[in-house]
Order: sequence, then C-alpha cells, then structure tokens
Amino acid sequence: MAEELMLEIVTPEELAFSGKVEEVTVPGSEGEFGVLIGHVPLLSAVKYGELNYTQNNKKTYFAIGTGYAEVTDVKVTLLVESAVEADEIDAEEAKREKDEAEAELSKIGKDDPDFQKVSDALTRAEVKLKVAEKL
Amino acid sequence: MAESLRDIKRQTQAVEKTKQITRAMNMVAASKLKTAQTRMENFRPYAKKIMEVLNSLARRVNTESNPLLTVREAKKVRVILMTSDRGLCGGFNTNTIKAVEGFIKYRTGQGQEVSLITVGKKGRDYFRKKATIIDQRVDVLNNFDISLAQAIGEEVIPSFIDEEYDELYIAYNEFKNVSQQRPVITRLLPVGSVEQEKEEAEVYGDYVYEPSEEELLAQIIPMYLRVLIYRGLLETSAGEHGARMAAMDNATNNCEEMIETLTLKYNKARQAAITAELMDIVGGTEALAKG
Repeated sequence: MAEELMLEIVTPEELAFSGKVEEVTVPGSEGEFGVLIGHVPLLSAVKYGELNYTQNNKKTYFAIGTGYAEVTDVKVTLLVESAVEADEIDAEEAKREKDEAEAELSKIGKDDPDFQKVSDALTRAEVKLKVAEKL
Repeated sequence: MAESLRDIKRQTQAVEKTKQITRAMNMVAASKLKTAQTRMENFRPYAKKIMEVLNSLARRVNTESNPLLTVREAKKVRVILMTSDRGLCGGFNTNTIKAVEGFIKYRTGQGQEVSLITVGKKGRDYFRKKATIIDQRVDVLNNFDISLAQAIGEEVIPSFIDEEYDELYIAYNEFKNVSQQRPVITRLLPVGSVEQEKEEAEVYGDYVYEPSEEELLAQIIPMYLRVLIYRGLLETSAGEHGARMAAMDNATNNCEEMIETLTLKYNKARQAAITAELMDIVGGTEALAKG
C-alpha cells in the first residue's frame, strides 16, 4: 500500500499508540465501523469495546473505554478514557471483575442508583475478557 | 564552662539530625514531583484535543439545548477547593486558602451563598468552621487517576442541573515551576462560551457527526469537566511536591547555617576553657615560685 493511515490512541494517562496502520476498526456508539485511508471526516462517540488495527497484515487488539474518534482522510485520533492492549490484559483478573459485577448486579434492582455504575463495570470486564481471548 | 560545651554539642547534633530529615524529604519530594510532572505532560495532548472538539461543537450547537451551558442568575455558588493532605510545603496551601477566603468574602458581600467541596485535608481543616462544606475528600491525592475526577464530576453535574447551585468554580494552585505556584479560581459551570481560534473551526466544518451534534455535546461536556478537574488534581499534586521540595531545600540550608554558627560557638567556648585552665596553671606556678 502506497499511503498509510495514521492512528493515534490518546488516553489521560499516556499516548497508548501512535503509528501507521492499514486499517482500523472502531467500536462507535452507533455501531462498529472500519476506517481505511481516504475516509470521510467523521466525529463519533466511542463506547467500551474492542478496537483493532492492521499493521503489516497483522491484527492488534485493544480494549478501550468511552470517548471519541476523530477521523480525517489520513488520520484517526481516538480520545478514550482507557486503552489496554490485548497482551497486557490479565484474563484472570478480568474474569474475577466480571464475576463480581455479575454478583453485584443480581443483588440490586434496576432503580438502584448504582445500577448504571455496576453494569458499566460489567461491560468493561466483558470487553477485556473478550479482547484477551483474541490472543 | 564544661557544661555549656556539652550543651552546644548536643544542640549541634540535634540540628544535624533535623538536616538529615529535611534533606531526605527534599529528595522524596523531588522524585514524586518528577512522576507528577510526567503525568501532567502525558495528559496534555488529551486535554488539548478535548478542548478542540468541544470548541468546534459548541460553536455549531444552540447553547440552550444543553442545561450545562445555561447561564442562570448566580445566587448560590459552589467552589471545589484543592489543597494538599499534608503540610511542610511552605505557603502552598495558605496561598490557595487566602484566595478562596477572599473569593467567599466578595461573593457573600454580593448577597450570594457560597459552599465548598474540598479535596485535601488542609483546606477542609481551615474552612471547617468558617464555611459550608458540602463534601470532602481527604487522603486521595497520594494515589489517584482519572476516576477520582470522574467521581467528582458525577457529583457536581446532577446538582447543577437540579439547580442546587448556579455556578461552579474550581480553586487550586497552578504549577508554574518548583518555586512558583499561583492560586487560580476558574469557572467550570456553566461552561462558558469558548470562542477562539476561529480559523481552526473551519477545518472541522465538513465533519459527519455520529450521533447528532447535540448528543455528542451532551456527552463531551462531562468529559470536558472531568478533564478540567483532573488537571486541577494534577497541578495540585505537582505543586505540592514542588513546594515541599523548595521548602525542604530551604530548611536544609538553614540547618547548615545553624550548624556552622554552633560549631563556631563551640570552638570559641572550648578555646576559652583552655585559656582559663592555662591561666590557672600559670598563676599557680607563679605563686609557688614567689614563695
């Protein structure tokens, strides 16, 4: 490929990734979308989910938090609250977090003020687990 | 004479020990400062990007569509005050506290009610009896991440929408460099009209927004608040360590000076004692020779 897409993943703690890639798949709030070079400029909300990019025909997976994706024809910038690469995820810990959140969720009702928080935690753990299994 | 010699020696040793402690504290603060500064630097690109996106969105959307942008008459004002948990850092906390005290006085004079949310022990301790403290968080600055800012954000946003208060400010020490921190008080809510860098806005002109601009804005404002709160926390943490480093450096220097003075005093006293003894002996032999 002659031209490549620039990808940057920015979190409050660090610049998690910066480099040229061939393709990116982003978990947008309205559905997952793929980006190739020459994409229409787009600003989209991003939800907890799995992000992957292809570099030298190899896919790399990230579990990312909520935030935004800004897409221009040559560059994708992700502003997310967290980003963990698949090989850095502790699958056992994610499993434990998931179990804990599930147990908590079964105890409290939908009207509980913490419901949203706990179900978010569950989503996060599930995403982590899913991404970890991609390895 | 002999006892005073011992006193001086004891004093010197005590100061020597103090010096060891202040020097150690200085070094600890220096290494913590470095960590805090790195975090601040890593955070900057994220903060900058969020502001850019918010700016471009805010300009395109009707501000009445979002309650967090709505300006109401300010009757009740809330301030998030950030100070350190521990002392021994010079005028670091005093400066912020003074600034906030002045702010409260001014606002109260205008017939507004001021309440506080404190982060860090020092601010809470000072204002405990002097002002209304709605909520306090202590011992959090030692080890925090963005979730702390998120928790604070989740607390202040609903109460703003419910009109529990009309304006929200944040007060902290801005970290300039190790020896310089400046207290700042800035408004967080309602989010002010952010009009700058007009040309850059045009670049964003043709974007496709997903979901709609209004919905995006509704999501990005809380994020923006979180960013500002988090920045305040980072600045406070860096400032605290910087101020402590400077204060401890000063203290170490003072100790050295004191040790020097004490050593000089000790030597003088010792010399005086020797002279007195010699005089005794000489006086004694002379008396013998005469007899």
